[in-house]
Amino acid sequence: MLRLTLGLVTVFAFSVIIFSTFSFLPGDFATEILGQSATKSAVKALRAELGLDKPPVTRYFDWLGNVFQGDFGSSFSGRSKVQGDQGDRSREVVGLIIPRLKNTLFLTGVAAMLAIPLSLILGISAALYRNSYYDRSATGVSLVTVSSPEFFTAYIFILLLATLFPVFPTISTVDETTTLVERFYRTALPVFTLTLITMGHMMRMTRSAIINILSSEYIEMAKLSGASRYEVVVKHALPNAWAPISQVIAINLAYMLIGSVVVEYVFNYQGIGRLMVGSVYNRDLPVVQACALIFASTYVILNLIADLIGIISNPRLLYPK
Amino acid sequence: MTSNKSKELLLEMKNIHIDGFSDERWHKILKGVDLTLYRGEILGLIGESGAGKSTMGKAAMGYTQPGCKIIKGEINFNGIDLAKLTEFEKRKIWGTKISYVAQSAAASFNPAHRLMDQTISAANRLKLNPTDALKKDAVQLYESLQLPDAENIGDRYPHQVSGGQLQRIMTAMAMSPRPELIIFDEPTTALDVTTQVEVLSAMRSIVDKFNTAAIYITHDLAVVAQMADRIKVLRYGEEVEEAETRDMLSNPKEEYTKSLWSVRSLIKPEETNEDYILSIKNIDAAYGSSKVLHNVSIDIPKGKTVAIVGESGSGKSTTARVITGLLPQIKGEIIFDGKKLSPKLEQRSKEELRKIQIIFQMPDTAMNPRQTVDEIIGRPIEFYQGIKGKEREAKVIELLKMIELDETFLDRLPSELSGGQKQRICIARALAANPDLIICDEVTSALDQIVQEGILKLLQKLQKELGVTYIFITHDIATVKAISDEIVVMYQGEVVEQGLKSKILNPPHPDYTELLLSSVPEMNPDWLTNLLNKRSS
Repeated sequence: MLRLTLGLVTVFAFSVIIFSTFSFLPGDFATEILGQSATKSAVKALRAELGLDKPPVTRYFDWLGNVFQGDFGSSFSGRSKVQGDQGDRSREVVGLIIPRLKNTLFLTGVAAMLAIPLSLILGISAALYRNSYYDRSATGVSLVTVSSPEFFTAYIFILLLATLFPVFPTISTVDETTTLVERFYRTALPVFTLTLITMGHMMRMTRSAIINILSSEYIEMAKLSGASRYEVVVKHALPNAWAPISQVIAINLAYMLIGSVVVEYVFNYQGIGRLMVGSVYNRDLPVVQACALIFASTYVILNLIADLIGIISNPRLLYPK
Repeated sequence: MTSNKSKELLLEMKNIHIDGFSDERWHKILKGVDLTLYRGEILGLIGESGAGKSTMGKAAMGYTQPGCKIIKGEINFNGIDLAKLTEFEKRKIWGTKISYVAQSAAASFNPAHRLMDQTISAANRLKLNPTDALKKDAVQLYESLQLPDAENIGDRYPHQVSGGQLQRIMTAMAMSPRPELIIFDEPTTALDVTTQVEVLSAMRSIVDKFNTAAIYITHDLAVVAQMADRIKVLRYGEEVEEAETRDMLSNPKEEYTKSLWSVRSLIKPEETNEDYILSIKNIDAAYGSSKVLHNVSIDIPKGKTVAIVGESGSGKSTTARVITGLLPQIKGEIIFDGKKLSPKLEQRSKEELRKIQIIFQMPDTAMNPRQTVDEIIGRPIEFYQGIKGKEREAKVIELLKMIELDETFLDRLPSELSGGQKQRICIARALAANPDLIICDEVTSALDQIVQEGILKLLQKLQKELGVTYIFITHDIATVKAISDEIVVMYQGEVVEQGLKSKILNPPHPDYTELLLSSVPEMNPDWLTNLLNKRSS
């Protein structure tokens, strides 16, 4: 319960930061859209219409109030420049974001389903055969993948799997009509990229969490009661390692979501990351704020889930004395 | 303890050599030790830390800790040489034919599994019996080990039962597959004396019941005397002597064996005076919302030694924290040298801080591992007395001489000192502040008997020379006899009684003092039997 409150506070604090950051950015939507030569009165009129002339604190609470009602406001772009003719081309932020969010969740979801089991299996087996050649090469390779920036990894994949051996497409454009199979095919490269950049971290943390536990006394006790190596690692060490492992998975899932900004850009995928980058460019405040808030809440929610797993996997927290 | 056991050989270890790797080189841990054990017999393995007794016990299973290896020797168990078996073959013997009971039950149970599952895991792995039958058997074992609520205790997790109960459950776990040999590795060392008695008697009766052979490893001669038929003394990886328990106790041949209970012979004549340097009055203290001290009042006579005794959780260390100001009291006052001390550390003057010093139980963790002896002792000299440079160095050397070390130690790091030397440096650090009162919090508990004796003698010598007052916190009655003038007995955060040593140690006692004193093992093989008879009557 305390964690939940703390999570909510975090999201709140973040919304303030998002809001103030964009208020401090030089220039606003009005100057951006009307261009350099716009008259002062035109800029003023547009600002008044968008509510940009009100003091930031008022605007913040107006916005927050609306967000609570599920209304993220309307996008600035696409709105008519002529007064009185509004609403036609302007789109609700919610309507704008939902399909993009679905796309991003599809991408990261597939990547997560690939990355989590793989890194768990690799991490556990590396711990099982600690200091073997297998362990060393696995940890070595994972260090390389963790250290490479995602755009670099993405371009390597493009080079290997699209240019040299044209197996997958380099452009991952999808729309509502794309079939599921087609979607898997088109998003293969971004999924691989996201998997690779997060897997290394998760695998290494799984390995070290287990190895940490392998030096405790109850592990020696388990060995002395005749448990095999596999049994020692999977039955005795792993149940005690869930808390740190779930933490690192949460961080990496959040990282995937945020890392998708770059990956979506590289592969021209219609996700929320691309939307956000484009909106920042246009100073489209309502969209940027909504995106950032979504990212922040995802992060908080994922961490809450990790904490929950930590509690459930630990009888000391689950069953009081 | 019966003498007419069938002399059927169970385990024969010949010329065991084991090396261990630490500090980037190989050390010899065992240098050719032999051991024989007959069916149904209990052998006590005794020695100080570093004697190789634990290594020997584990070697009896053919197991060595990571970083150790068996260089040479045979381990014939039932005619099979364990030293020659592969890991896979040994695993079939471990936990079923030979089982192991570790020192710290709290650390040796897997916190993620229920006790019952852990108790029957070894037997279950071999599918010796159906799981239900094993569980039933485990409950019976729990019952014969006198565990409370034997029916349901197995459903709990390790953190939900006490240390003494865990140790008994571990014995049940070892017994569950009905092994031919159990290795007990210091099973009661981490327990309070009153709990130790219960655990010892439970272990002894169950080993007797199934006629299981056992190797009992400990550093406490009085404990092993209650358990073992024969005793083997180890030192520096070599055998000192071996004899039947009664012969060993009545007539130890080697000087070293005699010295093992030397602390028990150290006795200080008591003195006291009415001039109190410190009085704490009606103190209540709490950690968070849980109150741990209830109305504690203690008077400390100047220049004397007051021992505070009690089990873990009795509040003796908390009392020390309140006196030093680390834990401000909720209620009550502390009078030091006629003046009232403020509860909070931050509000005390430097002079007040200087006059009260503390020495901790674990010298390993009480010193900064990156500082040399010179820095460790020099810092308080500079801080409290403002002495610097040459003068400071002279002062450090003077203190080193006082603790019976010399200037060759100046540049050493704590890692380059033995346990006893480390504790001496901690004493010197406390003395460097030139204090009036030193609180010694279990300062000898982590040390070997002989080293303990040295430290206690040093503390007494320093008291004579400097007139410093000690508060000596301990759970060990032998130490209390050796050093104290007055004794305070604490139980569950309250003072049971305070008085002169002769008054506290001699009857009549309040109930708790009686229980505590009678639980201290004596160097008499019939002590446990007599005690149990007396308590049950």
